Amino acid sequence: MFKTNINFIGNRNIALIFSAVLSIIAIGSLATRGLEMGIDFTGGTLIEVGYQQAADLTELRSTLTAEGFSDATVQNFGTTKDVLIRLKPHEGVSSADLSAKVLDAINKTTKEPAIIHRVEFVGPQVGDDLAEDGFLALLYSTIGILIYVAWRFEWKFSVGAVIATFHDVIITLGLFSVLGLEFDLTVLAAILALIGYSLNDTIVIYDRIREDFRLLRNKSTEEIMNSAINVTLSRTIITSLTVFLALVSLFFLGGQIIHNFSIALLFGVVFGTYSSIFIASPAVLLLGISAEDLMAPVKEGSELMDDRP
Amino acid sequence: MQNSFPLWKNLLVLIVFLVGVIYTLPNLYGDDPSVQVSSTRPAKLGQEQANQIESAIKAAGFTAKAFEFTDGLVLARLNSADDQLKVADLLRDKMGDDYNVALNLAPTTPVWLRSLGAEAMYLGLDLRGGVHFLLEVDMDAAVKQADDRYNDDVRLALRNEKLRYQSVSKDSGFIKVKLNSADDKPAVLTLLGKDFRTLDVTEPNEQDQIWLKLSEKEVQDIKKFAVAQNMTTLRNRVNELGVAEPVIQQQGENRIVIQLPGVQDTTRAKEILGTTATLEYRLVDVEHDVQRAVEGHVPVGSRLYYERNGNPILLDRRVIVTGDQIVDASSGVDQDGRPSVNISLNGVGASKMGKLTQANVGKPMAVVFIEYKVETKLVNGQKIRHKQKVEKVINVATIQGVFSNRFQTTGLDSPQEARNLSLLLRAGALAAPVDIVEERTVGPSLGQDNINKGMLSFVVGFALVVLFMMAYYRLCGVFANIALVFNVFIILAVLSMLQATLTLPGIAGIILTVGMSVDANVLIFERIKEEIRNGNTPQSAIYIGFEKAFATILDSNITTLLVAVMLFGFGTGSVKGFAVTLIIGILSSMFTAITGTRMIMNWVYGNRRVEKLSI
Repeated sequence: MFKTNINFIGNRNIALIFSAVLSIIAIGSLATRGLEMGIDFTGGTLIEVGYQQAADLTELRSTLTAEGFSDATVQNFGTTKDVLIRLKPHEGVSSADLSAKVLDAINKTTKEPAIIHRVEFVGPQVGDDLAEDGFLALLYSTIGILIYVAWRFEWKFSVGAVIATFHDVIITLGLFSVLGLEFDLTVLAAILALIGYSLNDTIVIYDRIREDFRLLRNKSTEEIMNSAINVTLSRTIITSLTVFLALVSLFFLGGQIIHNFSIALLFGVVFGTYSSIFIASPAVLLLGISAEDLMAPVKEGSELMDDRP
Repeated sequence: MQNSFPLWKNLLVLIVFLVGVIYTLPNLYGDDPSVQVSSTRPAKLGQEQANQIESAIKAAGFTAKAFEFTDGLVLARLNSADDQLKVADLLRDKMGDDYNVALNLAPTTPVWLRSLGAEAMYLGLDLRGGVHFLLEVDMDAAVKQADDRYNDDVRLALRNEKLRYQSVSKDSGFIKVKLNSADDKPAVLTLLGKDFRTLDVTEPNEQDQIWLKLSEKEVQDIKKFAVAQNMTTLRNRVNELGVAEPVIQQQGENRIVIQLPGVQDTTRAKEILGTTATLEYRLVDVEHDVQRAVEGHVPVGSRLYYERNGNPILLDRRVIVTGDQIVDASSGVDQDGRPSVNISLNGVGASKMGKLTQANVGKPMAVVFIEYKVETKLVNGQKIRHKQKVEKVINVATIQGVFSNRFQTTGLDSPQEARNLSLLLRAGALAAPVDIVEERTVGPSLGQDNINKGMLSFVVGFALVVLFMMAYYRLCGVFANIALVFNVFIILAVLSMLQATLTLPGIAGIILTVGMSVDANVLIFERIKEEIRNGNTPQSAIYIGFEKAFATILDSNITTLLVAVMLFGFGTGSVKGFAVTLIIGILSSMFTAITGTRMIMNWVYGNRRVEKLSI
């Protein structure tokens, strides 16, 4: 319904500075504070129990300390009746028995027996493997994107897309680091889904730039990029909005287990949209794209134009 | 401007939609809490026993919705989960060891759907509750065992062939054969070449030695066999545990995933899965003094053991029968009411036992209970695997008469131990020790909670997207929404057809897909609007809009698909579930948003003069 004509490319420096500052904060936090890694990656034991009444965390903590689990972290999970107990991989104790011992310990002191919601134990070896697999998934996705976009468009576009995508990933990871949110397997999945989403957004704009490069030969690269971003702007915003709506529902109603997953995606969608508009195209421009880069190799676009009735 | 589909295309879309609806349907029917009974013996359960079970349940005052008897399996559908537990306890009590009583959630899919092969999705453990174990097979131990065996076999073969040697021993990764003289070498090499092809032969500088090593292929075979053998044994054990629909899968080279839906008692499950328990029968050495053996002078041909009460005892070095000659075992009580295990031996074991008891009537015989326990401990941040072989003499009895294939062993601590031992003997031994490296337990209440939350957030998220699309795109938004409904049906249908496991992240994937899949429609509609702004007629705007948006949709979806495939390839468990829904969602949304929406728009706007689009 709306037709805009905002000079995104002309004002690109504002966005680039903004992104650079955010990225530096994110990287700085990741370097100094790191990520609050969940037991999926560190190994350890996690026990979620529920009580009929609000649980007395202080009492639980002192009990566990007295029983020799001084490294246990005890916190509420969602409600005051639910408690999450986390233990690091334990020295000298067989891992498989750990959860049973902890449950025995807490049931000894509390008035009512705890209802076990879930117990998760991850051995240190498995944790390393999961982290490695996660890293590999990230690596191969990036390589795959580079190749595919380079094949369908041009290498400058593929580098631009990867820069924009990494921008989103780093800032989202930075948010998790700054806020101290737990990074577990579901968050990793969310990060990968975010890569897919952010890329999707970027490709739509690139697609339009490619099309306009071929159609509007007398215009400057900057003008073409600006018009492509403006023309696709309503689509970019509407799609972000529908994804955002679906995620809001997941965030508020999906429960604690998937909370961090939703946070990563909600935040990621906002930044994915931002980077598609403000970062992806200027990056390609800075890499020195010109109309000639897109003329020779691909033929699909021209067939489309010939089709016009 | 021909905005119409040929008949076949209309039919195709409608058929796909119909198939989608049919295969989604089973998921809308609920489950009956039920109890299933099968036989643990090779002989299947018959109609007669099925009737007995039915009358036993009725006699105890429970009403069942239905009794089903198929292929040696009796399924009693009950009215509540409470009844289910009570009936299971009742049957376990009544039926004893020979039957396997398991809790199950039997789908209530009607027969006509089942006959089409339409079945509900399998719910992941995070939704239905249960335990997930990841076991690591100790490959080094398996190879070492084989190495030991070869060491003994080579020695035995040399002896049998009357080839003289100084020693056969394991040293720095080799089995080293030291001969009396270098002249014997050719004969030994011939023997090795004939009977031990799986060993690589090295001839070191020492002329009177031959070094042997397991060939690379043999090591690989041993590892493969260890995992395969362990899977079989674990499957047997899980079946003995009485779990309906367990999942036992190999993961990677040396890991095994075991999922036990509905199981809450993880301690017993761990005990049964992780331990390697077996029995050995040996004669008691009555000729030598035990006390001197304790002081360190164990006589040749004997070994020192301890009884459960700590008393030392000397046993003959040679084993009469071992656990792997046991073909069947069941627990019970002997005439004095003590817990016992009834053993049946195979032919070889029976004849050995027969000969031995004949020659040794009146002499004492001991039963040794052997248990391997693997514990992984962290010491100074290092993972140290600690394999413990616990050997205890559980029973010493005088041989009263000759027996061979069937007999009874007592001396166990409790009926529970007798039950576990008989179970482990029946299920077979693990070829290599296993170690639990990951465990996830989800309580049933949390599972149901997760289903409810997943459903609620799906419904609300879906409604928000649908309302937005309708508000923004009017009639065209309705078209997109119809395609969206269609899309959800296809996703659910494909997941059901693949019998995929639905997890909470999987539900999140579907919700995310709902938000993302309207993107294709947004792209098309925005393009149509643009064409109208450029002065095209509505008909040609529709045509060009779809044409132009297609390439964009394809490019943007393929890149997303690429990432989803990577996620699937490297993800495990519930993350994999998320990736699967994402992949299916992307593919089906391309079909529904492009072809589905187009079909409806063609029906409404095609082949007539259109002044204005409601978009």
